[in-house]
Amino acid sequence: MQRDKFLFRLLKDRLFKTAVSIFSFCSILPLVFILFYITKNGIAVINWQFLTQLPKPVGESGGGISNAIVGTLMLLVVACTLAVPLGISAGIYLAEHKTGKLSYLVRLCVEILHGIPSIVIGIIAYVWIVKPLRTFSAFSGGIALAIMMLPVIVRTAEETLKLIPETLKEASLALGVPYYKTILKVVVPAGLSGLVTGIILSIARVAGETAPLLFTAFGNPFMNLNLFKPVNSLPLLVFNYAASPYPEWHGLAWGASLVLVVFVLLLNFFAKFMTKKWKVRF
Amino acid sequence: MESPVLKTENFCAFFGANQILKNISLEVTRNKLTAMMGPSGCGKTTLVRCINRMHELIPNATVSGRMLLQGEDIYAMNPILARRKIGMVFQRPNPFPTMNIYDNVIAGYKLNGIRIDKAGLDGIVEESLRKAALWNEVKDNLYKKGTFLSGGQQQRLCIARALAMKPEIMLLDEPTSALDPKSTAHIEELMIELKQTVTIILVTHNIAQAARTSDFTAFIYLGELVEFGPTKKLFTVPQDKRTEEYLTGKFG
Repeated sequence: MQRDKFLFRLLKDRLFKTAVSIFSFCSILPLVFILFYITKNGIAVINWQFLTQLPKPVGESGGGISNAIVGTLMLLVVACTLAVPLGISAGIYLAEHKTGKLSYLVRLCVEILHGIPSIVIGIIAYVWIVKPLRTFSAFSGGIALAIMMLPVIVRTAEETLKLIPETLKEASLALGVPYYKTILKVVVPAGLSGLVTGIILSIARVAGETAPLLFTAFGNPFMNLNLFKPVNSLPLLVFNYAASPYPEWHGLAWGASLVLVVFVLLLNFFAKFMTKKWKVRF
Repeated sequence: MESPVLKTENFCAFFGANQILKNISLEVTRNKLTAMMGPSGCGKTTLVRCINRMHELIPNATVSGRMLLQGEDIYAMNPILARRKIGMVFQRPNPFPTMNIYDNVIAGYKLNGIRIDKAGLDGIVEESLRKAALWNEVKDNLYKKGTFLSGGQQQRLCIARALAMKPEIMLLDEPTSALDPKSTAHIEELMIELKQTVTIILVTHNIAQAARTSDFTAFIYLGELVEFGPTKKLFTVPQDKRTEEYLTGKFG
């Protein structure tokens, strides 16, 4: 009787440990399958023309996605130009003012903003920018993406700067360095790896966003370098071409997916590498 | 008698309604080492942080009374300029982690955007490191990160950084409390050497350290300046009963 109970407990223990290992292994599988499937379908169309040419009209084979690659880069540049200064400044403020009404409010709003569905942000950007300007544009798409990047940048900047020892700031202030120079020349450089990592991860987050671009960047089958004209982007191209009835376009959509996934993966690896390489020892 | 470098008159410090320092009046003599001694929480660190106006950086912190540096009221000065004239070394070594040893020493110039030619900077770096007794150990590694040095070396680097600004007065806030005995001895020797040329105020809760290094000692207890005088006199014939009890280890 006693011995049976002991064996039963041992069995439960084993079962639990095995279950946890199996489930944790399962969490690797989605990524592996996605990568495998996208590579299998997309790799065939990828070549130099694919990256440098414009899409061909229906019925012609070949063609590329250069307009979407350029469009995505334009959108990301606009988004970063807006979100990085804003997000880093807010992060500095939050790290410097741990309590206080404004900090509380900013933290709360940033958290809620993080949870707002991307399609809603797209609609807002449409109402605010596309309507008054009377045209879909890279500019409006960039703003929508900037709004999505902002919470990630603010939070990572705050967390990074909070970890920088107070004594470092004191050392600088005691040398008679004004507050703003202390922040810009001592505190920010000490947290640079964390700040840059946050920015890169936020870029990775929005690079694949489709919904906020539907009513803003809109998509464009041609090459466009004008900020105030509609542009194509990788996720928009995938969305439009995958839903089309033409097999040639399906091929382009697979290829574009692969390019997008590889881009995001590279950003993530780069962020990991930066965190290690630029780590500051206190 | 020579005029004092630093003089406080009825100086009080507060955190909100909480009074930390009560009517401190004392005079610090040029090129001497003055020790601020007392049990933890007595206000000695607050007093030195009032001297270079670091106290007011904490929300709700206020002061009253007068504090004169070379006869000039520190609280009438621009705090940034006041801090450049008053060097400070903290409890824990805090070299700038993103800078090499060379840049750490001249950080006060670099961060403030004060332009000096390369030869001038080289001179300041060597002189400050020599004064801080660190030159021989680091002269071949000036462009390595300061944070790779040992704790004691880091603290001497911080002393060199403060010395580089050619301060009128140096505040050392328990500079050895985070160091091992050997590094502590090294820093103490250094302080005794430095006081030939710089006025030093040393905060310490270590009675023996105050006795070994200082010329004058102030005993602070519960925010009050209980006794202030030449170290020899204060340690041999204390005038106040509380000083005697603290020195003999009855409390503290």
